[in-house]
Amino acid sequence: MIRHITHLGRRGCELLEALGRAGIFLFLSAVGVPSREGWYLWLRQMHFVGVLSLAIVLVSGLFIGMVLALQGYTILVDFGAEQALGQMVALSLLRELAPVVAALLFAGRAGSALTAEIGLMKATEQLTSMEMIGVDPLRRVVAPRLWAGVVALPLLTIGFSVVGVYGGYLVGVEWLGVFEGSYWGNMQASVEFIADIGNGMVKSLVFALVVTWIAVFQGYDLVPTAEGISRATTRTVVYSSLAVLGLDFVLTAVMFGGLS
Amino acid sequence: MFDNFLEGHEPMSDTPFVVVEGLHFSRGEKEIFRGVDLQIHRGKITAIMGPSGTGKTTLLKLIGGQLYPDAGRVCIDGEDVHRQSRKALFAMRRRMGMLFQSGALFSDLSVYENVAFPLRVHTDLPESMVRDLVLMKLEAVGLRGARELMPSELSGGMARRVALARAIALDPELILYDEPFVGQDPISMGVLVQLTKRLNEALGLTSVMVSHDIKETLTIADYVYVIADGRVMAHGTPAGLDVDQDPRVSQFVHGEPDGPVPFHYPAVDFFTDILDAGGRR
Repeated sequence: MIRHITHLGRRGCELLEALGRAGIFLFLSAVGVPSREGWYLWLRQMHFVGVLSLAIVLVSGLFIGMVLALQGYTILVDFGAEQALGQMVALSLLRELAPVVAALLFAGRAGSALTAEIGLMKATEQLTSMEMIGVDPLRRVVAPRLWAGVVALPLLTIGFSVVGVYGGYLVGVEWLGVFEGSYWGNMQASVEFIADIGNGMVKSLVFALVVTWIAVFQGYDLVPTAEGISRATTRTVVYSSLAVLGLDFVLTAVMFGGLS
Repeated sequence: MFDNFLEGHEPMSDTPFVVVEGLHFSRGEKEIFRGVDLQIHRGKITAIMGPSGTGKTTLLKLIGGQLYPDAGRVCIDGEDVHRQSRKALFAMRRRMGMLFQSGALFSDLSVYENVAFPLRVHTDLPESMVRDLVLMKLEAVGLRGARELMPSELSGGMARRVALARAIALDPELILYDEPFVGQDPISMGVLVQLTKRLNEALGLTSVMVSHDIKETLTIADYVYVIADGRVMAHGTPAGLDVDQDPRVSQFVHGEPDGPVPFHYPAVDFFTDILDAGGRR
């Protein structure tokens, strides 16, 4: 019994210590003015984490929009309310599905790659040798990746929403025959810029920071062995997925649940 | 900080360049150093030797300020490495070069860009001068022709030579070698041994070399420290160590399999172990 309590205590301390390390890590890598070289490195990372994630995010967005329209139609048509399809598709995408699903896909596609890349750089002593050359790897390796993730995910989320709404249009209007004017008209009348698009973007920004932070920290903090890299990559996906879903509930409660 | 290296290296003097005093360091429960004292003189090649697992690489990381000791201090040119701010420590490291066991080249940059890296980040030299300097350093290690290759295309020995060129790119005063000869074929081993010696003489470097390749190290080292059990077990010139009567030193220097450092990992008596099987492992 005592052993279990000590074990629990030790795990608690370890968790707090890791959180502290992650906090200092975030501060040291995120704060500071980038040099000209820093902009170039950031741009390169935007390509890796942003542009290369575009295909998976857009294709998923299209399918999610199509499924939403299909499911929404079968329910709405029972009430004769299929004209509200555009509103339903747009609101579910902008408020929930686009930020959350894009973040989950981003964690799987870009987060795991970031962890593995930084982890392998650590395992092959590239980070140490950079330190010995007198270059801070937090500024040179971590910061561009962190900022690229923070900027790329909200942009990807916008793309996800746009393609999703179009997917809903394809199924709802082109295939199931919802009147085109009511699809777009109802959407336009009900979607508010600040309350819906703005809140969705805030969510996306929070998810972007959390997912990228977890990914780069897991890479930087891992045990530099083959097993360590594989564990850290798994942890990145698991932790960021859970963090995204948990935070989504909290943010939704604050934004739309009347808590504010 | 750069004054010395811009005006050429300081003349050799008797004050040691690196001083390690009463160094204690432990990793978890395991005590790695229990009071290590070393003095490394300017312009010399000082070898730190000892059996595997005695923390030789850890010692280099302590000197380079990557690890912090539990007690004791490391001074380079009179400045305590572990009492510097992060910025000052990085500035201090520009005066040091370190050669890693694996080479640790940046895998996304070509050989040329790897050697140019320290020059690009620490100086504002025009591209033509960077090119000249990079080619000079690559010429010194004999790999000028390999400048377009990527690190993945190099053999282990070549990677280490490129890493050496990168380590001397900024003309450091101190260079730390981590097992430079491990896993090399006889030819690249000979090349590396000669290169190390020649560079040290030509550039007036102070070298610290961690190694357990006795023969090669003793041929080029000016002074040797043997570390075991967390302490300096012996030190002296290579010739002095060769005739050292201490059985532990003698076992290590002459590479005898059994002696004060036992061949067997501690275990119960062999026969007791065999007879007492009982289905256990």
